[in-house]
Amino acid sequence: MATIDIVREVLVDNLDLDANAITEDATLDALGVDSLDMVELICDIEEKCDVDFGEPEGLATIGDIVAHIDSLK
Amino acid sequence: MTDTDITRAAIVTGSSRGIGAAVARALAESGMNVALNCSSERSLAETEALARELAAAHGIRALVAVANVASAEEAQQMADTALEAFGRIDVLVNNAGITRDGLAARMSCEDFDAVIDVNLKGSFHCAKAVMRPMMKQRYGRIINMSSVSGVYGNAGQVNYAASKAGVIGMTKTLAKELARKNITVNTIAPGFIDTAMTAALSDEQREAAAARIGMGRLGAPEDIADLARFLASEEAGYITGQTICVDGGLTL
Repeated sequence: MATIDIVREVLVDNLDLDANAITEDATLDALGVDSLDMVELICDIEEKCDVDFGEPEGLATIGDIVAHIDSLK
Repeated sequence: MTDTDITRAAIVTGSSRGIGAAVARALAESGMNVALNCSSERSLAETEALARELAAAHGIRALVAVANVASAEEAQQMADTALEAFGRIDVLVNNAGITRDGLAARMSCEDFDAVIDVNLKGSFHCAKAVMRPMMKQRYGRIINMSSVSGVYGNAGQVNYAASKAGVIGMTKTLAKELARKNITVNTIAPGFIDTAMTAALSDEQREAAAARIGMGRLGAPEDIADLARFLASEEAGYITGQTICVDGGLTL
């Protein structure tokens, strides 16, 4: 499964977001993903992708998250 | 509003006896599956006996997890055990606590640290361990046990009072962080309660304590358990970040 599909699946599952709105360009702000949602997302991503997400800074868009996860693989 | 289709599950730390046992009993009475906890094999037999009693009396499932909550790893293992057995964790009661009393001028750093490690850090370890399943469920009740010592201070308990005041700050912060996930976090601050911990007091000290209490008596563990049962219920869903003294009027 492509990384963006995993991120999309988790966000839809956790936050009931519209899957079509979760694109590489979508910002976390625009999607309404706050810091607590990010913690939940990171925990799920670490489990599904078997990576240590770390404490990256400057993640503003879904694309940023996807690129960060891919850099860990 | 209640969701009667769900069998709620609770972890009560330090529940081999005293307040913890009374809280576990109250939650079992209200139909929750309960994970009991003791810190060592020494209390295992009595904790297992309580688990069997609660399961038989209330038709719930009860298990015992031996874990020293001062260890983040053991706290996590306890939460994992409960989650695996019950499929969910709805309630955490951070009750495990110790005292190492003495006047500050002569208190060792080891005694200060030991009390902080169990009472404050232990509560954090357990809360952290249950946070994720609670967030996933969009439901949780975390109840921390503080003390009137933590609210007002108490000579001879600089370590204990500091740990219990810390619990209050932690409660308020966790309440703010987790409210949006429908997780409430509250603190109960018991006064003088008739338990093994206060049994260490001399008769004179107990009488002096009772004389300061409006109700004229030490509290019973059940006085605390009754509030815990309510804070753990679905009906208490709009109460969060609060510290409630249950002290019979001691601090009025």
